[in-house]
Amino acid sequence: MSKDVAVLGAGMHPWGKWGQSFVGYGVKAAQDALKDAGVEWKDIQLVAGGDTIRNGYPGYVAGATFAQALGWSGAKVSSSYGACATGAQAISVARANILAGLCDVALVIGADAAPKGFFAPTGGRRPEDPDWLRFHIQGITNPTYFGLYARRRMEVYGATPQDFAAVKVKNSRHGLHNPNARYRKEVTLEEVMSSAVVADPLHLLDICATSDGAAALVLSSMDFARKHTTHPVKISAVSTVTPRYPNDIIEMPNLATDSKAGVGLPEIGFKESIAHGAYEEAGLGPEDMSVAEVYDLSTALELDWYEQIGLCPPGDAERLLRDGDTSLGGRVPVNPSGGLACFGEAVPAQAIAQVCELTWQLRGQAEGRQVEGAKAGVTVNQGLFGHGSSVICTV
Amino acid sequence: MEPFAMIEKTNAPAVEGLFTMDLHEPRLLGTRCRACRTYFFPAERTFCRNPACDHSDFEDVRLSPTGKLWSFTSANYKPPAPFIAKEPFEPFAIAAVELEEEGMTILGQVADGLGVAALKTGMPMELVLRELYQDEEHVYYTWNWKPIHGGSDA
Repeated sequence: MSKDVAVLGAGMHPWGKWGQSFVGYGVKAAQDALKDAGVEWKDIQLVAGGDTIRNGYPGYVAGATFAQALGWSGAKVSSSYGACATGAQAISVARANILAGLCDVALVIGADAAPKGFFAPTGGRRPEDPDWLRFHIQGITNPTYFGLYARRRMEVYGATPQDFAAVKVKNSRHGLHNPNARYRKEVTLEEVMSSAVVADPLHLLDICATSDGAAALVLSSMDFARKHTTHPVKISAVSTVTPRYPNDIIEMPNLATDSKAGVGLPEIGFKESIAHGAYEEAGLGPEDMSVAEVYDLSTALELDWYEQIGLCPPGDAERLLRDGDTSLGGRVPVNPSGGLACFGEAVPAQAIAQVCELTWQLRGQAEGRQVEGAKAGVTVNQGLFGHGSSVICTV
Repeated sequence: MEPFAMIEKTNAPAVEGLFTMDLHEPRLLGTRCRACRTYFFPAERTFCRNPACDHSDFEDVRLSPTGKLWSFTSANYKPPAPFIAKEPFEPFAIAAVELEEEGMTILGQVADGLGVAALKTGMPMELVLRELYQDEEHVYYTWNWKPIHGGSDA
C-alpha cells in the first residue's frame, strides 16, 4: 500500500509579534491553505490542530478552537501536542486518517502567540516536573542546552564561534525574500560576533527568537488529489520516533541523562534516529534529498542536524557549510526559508511551516529562494521530552 | 534591641529528596534497579525505565560526588521564575558532568561565581552545596559543580 498523501494546499500567517490572538493567525493560514488547494472549508472532513500551551484553554483544544472560528461544520476533530514537534503530531493524525481510509481530505493547523524572552514553565510548585525542577533548582533555560551542545562541537570537532555565526549569515540571506519571515535583513559575521553572549559560546544572534505565527496544510488521499491537480507534492514519510534506551545525551528539560551503567547504548542515537525513521519509511536516503528544513533553535544545532540527517559524516558539518553545500545554489540547501533564524519559533506552527516550505520548493514556487530542480526534501525537528519529528516530501 | 535579627535561619534543601543536606560532603540521592543495575536521578521508585527490565525493586543510592566535565555554558541573563535569582543578578556558568560509575551526565551550576574561562572539558569536578535563596526562616540550598582544586589540566 502506498504511504503517500497529497499536499493540496499550504498557507501561513507571517511570523512576527502582532499582539493578536493565535486563533486569528490560524484562521488566516487555514484560509490561505484552502484557497491554495481549491478546496472549500465545508468539504474538510477532519481538522487536526496543533496545540499551544501559552494561550489558555482554547490552546489545549486547538482543533476545535479553529473549527469553531472557521464555522462549525461537523468535521471530525483532533488536537495534539508535542512541544516543538506539535505540528508533526497533527500532520501524522491527518495522514493516518487518510491512509486508513477514514477520511479523504483534512486540514492541519498550528498557530501561536508567544511571550517575549525565555520560555518558562507554567506556574505552581511542581518538583516532580523536570521542566519546573530545572528552572527552579538550577536556573537552566532552553539556551543552556544549546550552549552545552555548541561547546561540545567545539571540543570534539574543533568548531569555532565563527562557524556558528556563519550559519546565521547564510540563513539571513536565505530568508531575505521570504514574505512570511519575521527577520528579513542580511546579518554579517561581525554583527553576530558582537551581539551579547547569552549562553556561552552562543551569542544573541545565534539563538532563535520566539514569535507569533501560523501555518496550515490541506492534506488528501492521492485519489482525491487527482480530481484537483495533476502533480501534487506528496508526503512520503512522517517520523515521530521516541529515543531508544538509554539516551546518554542530555536533553531538554532533564537535569540528568539516562544511565548506561546497566544497559549498552542503542545502535542509533535519538537525533540520528529521527530522520532515519523517515528515510526508511520513504525508501529514500539522504543522497536523494535536494533540500532540507532543519530546526535551528541555535546556529550550532543546525550543524548538528547536518550530520544527524545524514548530509555528511560526524565532524564534517563545518566543512559542508564553508564549502557552500548548504547554501542556496549548493548541493543540498538547508533552510532555504531562512529557518528559525529568520522566523523565530512559533512552537505549534513550526513543523507545519517546514512542510509548507518544502511544498513551495517542490512546486517551484519559492520565489527569491528557489532550490532549482528540487525533487525531494526532508524536515527535522525535536520536541521536549522526546518527540521526534521528520517529514519527507517528494514530487 | 532587635531580638528577631538574632534568630538563626535553618538550612534546608530547595527541593526535598535530591541530595543529602551535608554542607561538607554532599551527595546526590538516586536509586538503582536491583535487577538490571541501572541508576536513576532524580530517584525512580515506581518502574524501571529500562525497556528490557520489568522489575520495580529499587535501592536508594548516593551518587558519586565527582566526575568529568562533559560540556559547559553560561547563563548571562536572569532565568525566569520559578528560578529565584539573587539581586542584582550575577551571571553563572553551568556544567554537564559525567559520572563514570553511574554512566550518566548531570547538570548543575558551577560554584562560587567561576566563569567559563575557568573550565575545560574533561576536567575533574566535585559536588558542593551552595545557597540558592533565602526566606525569613530558611536558607535554601542546591547542588553545584566545582572544579577539583588543581585539576584544571588533568
